[in-house]
Amino acid sequence: MAARKAAKASNVSATELTQYYRDMLLIRRFEEKAGQLYGMGLIGGFCHLYIGQEAVVVGLEAAADEGDKRITSYRDHGHMLACGMDPNGVMAELTGRIGGYSKGKGGSMHMFSAEKHFYGGHGIVGAQVPIGAGLAFADKYKANGRVTFTYFGDGAANQGQVYETFNMAALWDLPVVFVIENNQYAMGTAMKRSTSTPDIYTRGEAFGIPGEAVDGMDVMAVKAAGEKAVAHCRAGKGPYILEVKTYRYRGHSMSDPAKYRTREEVQKMREERDPIDHVRDLLLTGKHASEDDLKAIDKEIKAIVNASADFARESPEPPLDELYTDIYAEAN
Amino acid sequence: MATEILMPALSPTMEEGTLAKWLVKEGDAVNSGDILAEIETDKATMEFEAVDEGVLGRILVPEGTQSVMVNTPIAVLVEEGEAVPDNAPTSAAAPAAQSAAAVEVAPSGHAEQDAPLPALRLTQDWPQDTPVTQQTVREALRDAMAEEMRADEEVFLMGEEVAEYQGAYKISQGLLDEFGARRVIDTPITEHGFAGVAVGAAFGGLKPIVEFMTFNFAMQAMDQIVNSAAKTLYMSGGQMGAPMVFRGPNGAAARVAAQHSQDYAAWYAHIPGLKVAMPYSASDAKGLLKSAIRDPNPVIFLENEILYGRSFDVPQMDDFTIPFGKARIWREGSDVTLVSFGIGMTYALEAADKLADDGISAEVIDLRTLRPIDYDTLLASVQKTNRCVTIEEGFPVASIGNHLSAYLMQNAFDWLDAPVINLTGKDVPMPYAANLEKLALVTTQEVVAAVQKVTYK
Repeated sequence: MAARKAAKASNVSATELTQYYRDMLLIRRFEEKAGQLYGMGLIGGFCHLYIGQEAVVVGLEAAADEGDKRITSYRDHGHMLACGMDPNGVMAELTGRIGGYSKGKGGSMHMFSAEKHFYGGHGIVGAQVPIGAGLAFADKYKANGRVTFTYFGDGAANQGQVYETFNMAALWDLPVVFVIENNQYAMGTAMKRSTSTPDIYTRGEAFGIPGEAVDGMDVMAVKAAGEKAVAHCRAGKGPYILEVKTYRYRGHSMSDPAKYRTREEVQKMREERDPIDHVRDLLLTGKHASEDDLKAIDKEIKAIVNASADFARESPEPPLDELYTDIYAEAN
Repeated sequence: MATEILMPALSPTMEEGTLAKWLVKEGDAVNSGDILAEIETDKATMEFEAVDEGVLGRILVPEGTQSVMVNTPIAVLVEEGEAVPDNAPTSAAAPAAQSAAAVEVAPSGHAEQDAPLPALRLTQDWPQDTPVTQQTVREALRDAMAEEMRADEEVFLMGEEVAEYQGAYKISQGLLDEFGARRVIDTPITEHGFAGVAVGAAFGGLKPIVEFMTFNFAMQAMDQIVNSAAKTLYMSGGQMGAPMVFRGPNGAAARVAAQHSQDYAAWYAHIPGLKVAMPYSASDAKGLLKSAIRDPNPVIFLENEILYGRSFDVPQMDDFTIPFGKARIWREGSDVTLVSFGIGMTYALEAADKLADDGISAEVIDLRTLRPIDYDTLLASVQKTNRCVTIEEGFPVASIGNHLSAYLMQNAFDWLDAPVINLTGKDVPMPYAANLEKLALVTTQEVVAAVQKVTYK
């Protein structure tokens, strides 16, 4: 884990800092609620929680501009909330209801928002990586100055298609930021047991793609790195790799007892490196916010999350004729 | 001693070629490895090197001669000081005299290219007074892409060798010149990756045409085709999908063995969310490809290398398209329905001709698209003929024919006077040996035999 130096050096304003606190807290509380609903049998199938990794998407969204695109794997709830998708629509998709982003037909791993430029939500490890480069290809073709954030994990970093994509992205100078969310475990396999080199960000070197490691528990460090990467892409210099070192507190999915690591390891992370506590400390010690201010935010977030859970419970299941819709698009 | 230099086969499917240019003249000394001539195949212009040493005694086929059959003597090599023997062929007689014989020794075992094609019988795809030109399937495919690229800035072509090389099978010939490197893009040899990039470009608002050098290599891209391209519209609740075409040659070519000879029609037809077209004729290749490019869904467009060089009537129209899900009745008949698609149509039509000689009247239906399938035409035909034989080159288990048989059993049980017979490729990986390859593929004779069986003749 990289040193925690970027926080002090950052020129983030108090307003922005408060916003990051709020955004990260929304993800945390939303995911806790999703875990609860899963336990109650309201959410089925696979459900991969983002708890612990919140600073990654919040920091990178802070570096994005309107119109930039994002695409990720199945651990996608945080990305959707961070890019401004409606928590009600996300939660209702988790419960498989018509009010969900995919009308209940996609579920936790397959959600999309054309409006927010969120291109999924992909259930096959690594498959989103060439697709992300393809989104960037379309932007370059249209010369619209947009950048695509293509997220994948340390596990997906061992997929062959990632390197096929690195090659083409570099060859064609595609405006894509490859964000490797290294949470140190590919499901139950610790990185050192699956990955031949400890620094995944160096894997772009063979293709001439610059990369760097980022402290993913520090939202301002992530934002600063994101801005640098985005500037690189927008300048027409091609792709950029950010290996964001982070940690998930929960199991790989809801059904994972996480026996492959010690309780102490997780506890140590939570106590010493929690990204939300970190910002909370900065806000309080810098006198940017009072305990009461933060309590008000906590309360507001809780209300949003509870409302999303209510919506997700009350929204009806999709009508049966939805079985046969959206298989083919009609010609205009 | 004089040696004949024969017209070489320079590609697996080459049966004839153009002798574009002689680089030596009569009387020149020739060493092995010297370039003798430039020969244009259906795919490329190749340099033809001398194998033996000697003096070029006589050129038998002048440069510029088209349609020189493989194995035709094109020149005579003599030893220094030796005269050209009197019994050597002369230039005038050579190509014509040899061409018929050469067809018989052509290695592929497939129907010869210049066989007369049956006239359109029933389905009229264009107004009767429309002028037509003879065009190869290859030219028709190129024209379809060029027309759609002219009409829509969002359409682009990517694949291996599509740009500077002008296409591994020359389908994209001339497109780079017209549309430039922004829209005609050579990819690295990385099917999984570039298929995914194209899916992303489609999500991002473009209309990619992805050329697979052959569909054998698309197996590496199967996850992106099936999981990403075909399913996203459904998984996104209709918010976004992949308006794109995956196209390229599919099925057995000639003598390229197991890994390069497979028909994927049934594989792709299995997947909801994909559309699948498999044209036989040049007009269908053109009309269906134009429809495929405009279709807002991912389309698998299965071509055939052997058909690329065949010529058919193509209407001269500003905007000629063929809709998906509409079969073509090539030949009307009353005794049996032959259903096929792609190169299988070759056998169906040949068999129908032979059967007619025996007084059996076969109706021949080309499905043209396998998703959607024109069940109505099939059903109406079987209700008339009461017998059906399906013909395809794919493997027998879970074939398209199996599916059609099941459909007919459920929907036309009382009309059937005989079990439906499915003719397919044999249940073996494609062998290399010429005789075994021939045995592995479906043949016209098998179609005739199957019809005799269902008509109890």
